[in-house]
Amino acid sequence: MSDPNKTVTLFIQCLVDGIYPEVGEAMVRIFRKLGINLICPTKQTCCGQPAFNAGYRREAGVAAKRFIDIFEAADVIVCPSGSCVTMVRHHYPQLFEDDDSWLQRARQVAAKTYELTEYIVDVLGVEDLGAHYDGTITYHDSCHLLRNLRVKAQPRKLLSKISGAEFIEMNDADRCCGFGGSFSVKYADISAAMAADKVDNIIACGADTVVGCDMGCLMNIQGMLSRKGVDIKIMHIAQILAA
Amino acid sequence: MSEITTADYIAEAKRALNNPVLQSALTDLQNRFGRGTALAYRNLPEGPDLRLKAHDIRRKTIANLDIVLETLVANIRKNGGQVFFAHDADAALEYCLATARRHQVKLAVKGKSMVSEEIGLNTALIGAGIEVAETDLGEYIIQLAGERPSHIIAPAIHKSRKDIGSLFADKIKIPYTDDPPSLTRAARKALREKFLAADMGFSGCNIACAETGHIVTVSNEGNIRMSTTMPKVHVAIMGMERVAARLEDHDILLRLLCRGAAAQNMGTYVSYIGGPRYLQQVDGPDEFHLVILDNGRSRILADEEFREMLYCIRCAACLNVCPVYGKIGGHSYGHPYSGPVGAVVMPLLAGINRFKDLCQGETLCGACQDACPVNIDIPRLLLALRAKLADGDAGWQVSRASIPEKGIYTLWSWIVQNRRLYDFFLRLAGLGQIFLPKNKGMIRRLPPPMSGWTRGRDIQPVAGKSFVDRWRSGDFEKKKG
Repeated sequence: MSDPNKTVTLFIQCLVDGIYPEVGEAMVRIFRKLGINLICPTKQTCCGQPAFNAGYRREAGVAAKRFIDIFEAADVIVCPSGSCVTMVRHHYPQLFEDDDSWLQRARQVAAKTYELTEYIVDVLGVEDLGAHYDGTITYHDSCHLLRNLRVKAQPRKLLSKISGAEFIEMNDADRCCGFGGSFSVKYADISAAMAADKVDNIIACGADTVVGCDMGCLMNIQGMLSRKGVDIKIMHIAQILAA
Repeated sequence: MSEITTADYIAEAKRALNNPVLQSALTDLQNRFGRGTALAYRNLPEGPDLRLKAHDIRRKTIANLDIVLETLVANIRKNGGQVFFAHDADAALEYCLATARRHQVKLAVKGKSMVSEEIGLNTALIGAGIEVAETDLGEYIIQLAGERPSHIIAPAIHKSRKDIGSLFADKIKIPYTDDPPSLTRAARKALREKFLAADMGFSGCNIACAETGHIVTVSNEGNIRMSTTMPKVHVAIMGMERVAARLEDHDILLRLLCRGAAAQNMGTYVSYIGGPRYLQQVDGPDEFHLVILDNGRSRILADEEFREMLYCIRCAACLNVCPVYGKIGGHSYGHPYSGPVGAVVMPLLAGINRFKDLCQGETLCGACQDACPVNIDIPRLLLALRAKLADGDAGWQVSRASIPEKGIYTLWSWIVQNRRLYDFFLRLAGLGQIFLPKNKGMIRRLPPPMSGWTRGRDIQPVAGKSFVDRWRSGDFEKKKG
């Protein structure tokens, strides 16, 4: 357990930064409410995951070194995306396995990098953020968050404490939505078919809002909901917890 | 190698997506076996962590494969079996054909064997004028239809019972029925005649046991036992990695195999075969041959990054949970090794460039690893293959898969190193999207190279002001920041 009074350095996923900045703002509101000091390095860009997942390790390494330079002075680093945290926690050490000095720095950064719900529940020990939401919500498990970070209970605990909201599990909540980064463009038909299945499960469970912890998946789900003309809202967990 | 059609991955996948019969069969398969296997692991007497122990067993066995195989071979020879090490598919086929010729074989029966698919055994036998009958019900259906298996354990999963009814009416001349028990009875009758007449039996090997000198086969229909005991000659073919050192290890792997493959505690028929029949025994073949196939496996063994793939015991548990396999089915992979296992093993066995769509056309969701009875880190292996494709690799004879893509990621690496350049491109995207067609604020069509996304989905536009920009300009109070 790390000290709950530590200053949190915000690691903003590039999708949040460029497309969904309101998710970052919600995260800021949550930490403010908890009385936690925040830092946001304004030089940050991307952790390198897109390049790494496509096989471009040299390019990913460039982004990783820059990330480590920017973030290594932080007390603790918190990110609203399980897959970005997976990149830092699991893939950075792989990237630098042949470079002792970078490996050591990568491990130090990895050890203090947390996904948002993991940090709130496991480190801060908080489950009730006093949020209120009028609606029926369901939760989509993002793959990297679930299988690489093993975060499954934490978001559900947080959601269960929201007043006014009813929580329903959808069928196959832990099944991939089909996003997969560049997979969604290169193998677009397969990806869209998987997204359609996910959306069918969301519709079938009767929720009016689908909550997730990763904007990659939610962007995919939102795109399919919109194309199908289905009136179900997507929300990052930070947004609903800040409500 | 049997015929390979992976160049059509995207087109075949699209065809599969548009096939409603296949879609519902795949959903049923995954609902039944995918969930069943997870439950079967949880119910293991040792608990689900037995998978981790099995991983360790496989790691040690593969690290000592030379000694383990020597022990297996010595024990099989002691029992009167004959062993042949086949460097590649051609050597294996030549040995099988020579053995068949020596016994003037006219009809061979076969128990289901993926490795025989890998080397293209049926085609070779037929080419040599030998009739070959698949005896696994699913494989029998596929053979009658002139198709190839679409799943490692459930080869005919893509066919409906109506398809099979018409097929049987046409090929084995029974009155049309789509009643599964009647169809099974018809197949059994036809197959019994083959078993009685066959001069030779082929089988694969699920996991051999070096300590005792057995190959072990698992089936639920009893057909492998018939194929291996009724004909005078039995030829078993195994990939050189499919062996356990000790009976104790074998027991663990066998129990996990059955759970991974079919969510069973144990397959219905498990045969331990250690050689030909003894003189006083009534049943069993006069000759037992074991073909141990390399066919590219030594190369995988030699590379520490990929060696883990040799831990695979081909149970197909990964197919039963893979969300990509669950949409595109086995045929899209262009080879009998499909699903996550195929996506790693085919590039390694038959060419990384040639099979690039298999390792790139996956989402890295990791469901395969959780389902794997020996906990193989398939996502790590897929990523390692992608790295070979991104920059080429002389050792594996891989050439760079895409020069334009390399260019894009090089440009990307410049952009992400400079926040001002990054902001510039964000603003550029923001300006560019003004001209894109929208519906209720969502973009309906993106230009290439992103156009694939919007074929089936919309996308949220880039925000007017990034989070970092908002933070920088103090758009929201940050007194504590």
